[in-house]
Amino acid sequence: MDLLEYQGKQLFARHGLKVSSGRAVADVEGAVAAGAEVGYPVVVKAQVLIGGRGKAGGVKLAEDEQQLREHAGNILGMNIRGHTVHTLWIEHASDIAAEYYAAVLLDRSAKKPLVMFSTEGGVDIEEVAARDPERLIRRHVDLLRGLSREQALSIAREGGADADVVEQVADALVALYEVWLAEDAILAEINPLIVTPAREVRALDAKVSLDDNALFRHPDNQSLSDTANEDPIEARAKEQGVQYVKLDGDIGILGNGAGLVMSTLDVVAQAGGSPANFLDAGGGSNAEKIRQAVELLLANDAVKAVLFNIFGGITRGDEVARGLIEAFEQIKPVVPFVVRLDGTNDVEGRRLLQEAALPNVYQAATMNEAAEMVVALAAGRPVGARA
Amino acid sequence: MAVLVDEGTRLAVAGITGREGSFHTLNNRAYGTNVVGGVTPGKGGQDVEGIPVFDTWQHAMDECQPNTAMIFVPPRFAADSIIEAAAAGVSLVVAITEGIPAHDELRVYNVLASEHPGTRLVGPNCPGILSPGKANVGIIPAAFFKEGNVGVVSRSGTLTYQIGNEIAQAGFGCSTIVGIGGDPVPGSSFVDVLELFEADEQTELVVLSGEIGGSAEEEAAEHIQANMSKPVVAYIAGFTAPAGKQMGHAGAIISGSSGTAPAKAQALEERGVRVGRTPTEAASIAVEVLGGAPAGAA
Repeated sequence: MDLLEYQGKQLFARHGLKVSSGRAVADVEGAVAAGAEVGYPVVVKAQVLIGGRGKAGGVKLAEDEQQLREHAGNILGMNIRGHTVHTLWIEHASDIAAEYYAAVLLDRSAKKPLVMFSTEGGVDIEEVAARDPERLIRRHVDLLRGLSREQALSIAREGGADADVVEQVADALVALYEVWLAEDAILAEINPLIVTPAREVRALDAKVSLDDNALFRHPDNQSLSDTANEDPIEARAKEQGVQYVKLDGDIGILGNGAGLVMSTLDVVAQAGGSPANFLDAGGGSNAEKIRQAVELLLANDAVKAVLFNIFGGITRGDEVARGLIEAFEQIKPVVPFVVRLDGTNDVEGRRLLQEAALPNVYQAATMNEAAEMVVALAAGRPVGARA
Repeated sequence: MAVLVDEGTRLAVAGITGREGSFHTLNNRAYGTNVVGGVTPGKGGQDVEGIPVFDTWQHAMDECQPNTAMIFVPPRFAADSIIEAAAAGVSLVVAITEGIPAHDELRVYNVLASEHPGTRLVGPNCPGILSPGKANVGIIPAAFFKEGNVGVVSRSGTLTYQIGNEIAQAGFGCSTIVGIGGDPVPGSSFVDVLELFEADEQTELVVLSGEIGGSAEEEAAEHIQANMSKPVVAYIAGFTAPAGKQMGHAGAIISGSSGTAPAKAQALEERGVRVGRTPTEAASIAVEVLGGAPAGAA
């Protein structure tokens, strides 16, 4: 789960990392009140989970109330690369003497926490890493011992932090590690970590990604994230405990098991089609779960044809067939379905489907054949072999 | 031969008294796996269809000497159960549980590495390990596989069944099918399992089934080029996955420019590993490399 900047900064503050004082607001009057509280000049920042806010006009400096009203009015409701701005973060503008970069993340390859630090902050850090790899310090931390202040100091020094702020940078790194550890974060990143002319080190931005699997340990964090911009079908799927990802195409896809579904998307794309979604019905799907999944698939108006690709292990082919038959009775879909059933109880499942003789349901013998058929149907071309 | 599980397996199961745990444990026993015990705190002294249940892994070890542990307990208890099994001296832990926090997985990995180096973890969030004709530990439907010379290692369960089934239809069987799981910090990597297959007499070819996210496939590619004498055929899922969206598995997410399917396929192909564009193609390449249908195949 990715957090909005202000949510990340609130976590930072909770663990002793210095951030500028600011307020999250949802309307112009709230912004004006926040401006008066934090003191002008203020920065008005769009809260969206997408990069390039500044370039899109979503970050503006306001010297006074009139400018604040103008910017807040313009930015609220703005669409930044598909994300609507519902929330603004109003913070006291900072004078900047230097911009650093700091991050703590889970290094999957080394299976250790990784601390990164650079004095080239405020820009795309991947560019720095590509152009000047030695300017980005990368140090692993022993998970069982944690990040010591000594190690943090050595990272700050090695990275070339100004001598008079080395201690503060080390404190920031230790606090950032604490955020990562205590909040079950996958990533905690500050870009830029600024040094003010008064030589104070502060986080000017926050990018935090939390582990959904660990939310049971963090009841306070469960309500975070950008729910306002969540896709409504994805949100519904989450409530049902089903994995659904909306895509841009017109072929609805359902399968069992994440790997098989990813593979199904690829095979459909190779056959010239464009998947409308990823939907993993999961292991052991019963008829009721299948019916709910069909509703999810069809909630997307773009869907012109649907592919069911099931290789039953725990999932039983007859249960899938029953669920589909039930779904057809209740929902009466108008788009064609292609069903490929293999694995546990596949013969029984295929027989049930054949007997039900559902309108517009076609059976395929293999995954590749199923993909070809569904692509043809989505394009309005006829196919043979109805169920 | 085969790897990891076989006739010598002595299996004990954490979470044996749960619905899923008991169902799959009994399935594994019906297949012929030697199931010696189970562990559920507070239920010591009971039994599941004759399988004795113990309160702790240490007690299970004292009473029935399991060499393999299967973990079926809920996510929040799984990390401690894995570490407890390792501390009791179990040499192979297979964790089926899905949804374990990433930090817990990190802790398990580092504790095992530093304190219990004699224990190998496979999973979590994996379908388990099947050596056809010998032993089944986990939830892999054994009916689709037969005994043979193809080793399979995969991050995904159902995709493995798909590929294994196509290999079986071509007349070939498998030495061992190892599901390493779809989580960000798996206990065993592709490289770990490839090393086992390289040393296994029964295995003549390995099918590697990977997916987007992380760099395990790239690391496998380098390992294969440097260390494998046996042929490896690969399949990668997730060519159509968009960046930043998690595709079901907690580990299957493309972050930044890394972890994409094309990059993984390229890394493998550049190091001489043939990559099938579909599961069917991967299976047919494997069959081709093995020299067509085996003698006596239907």
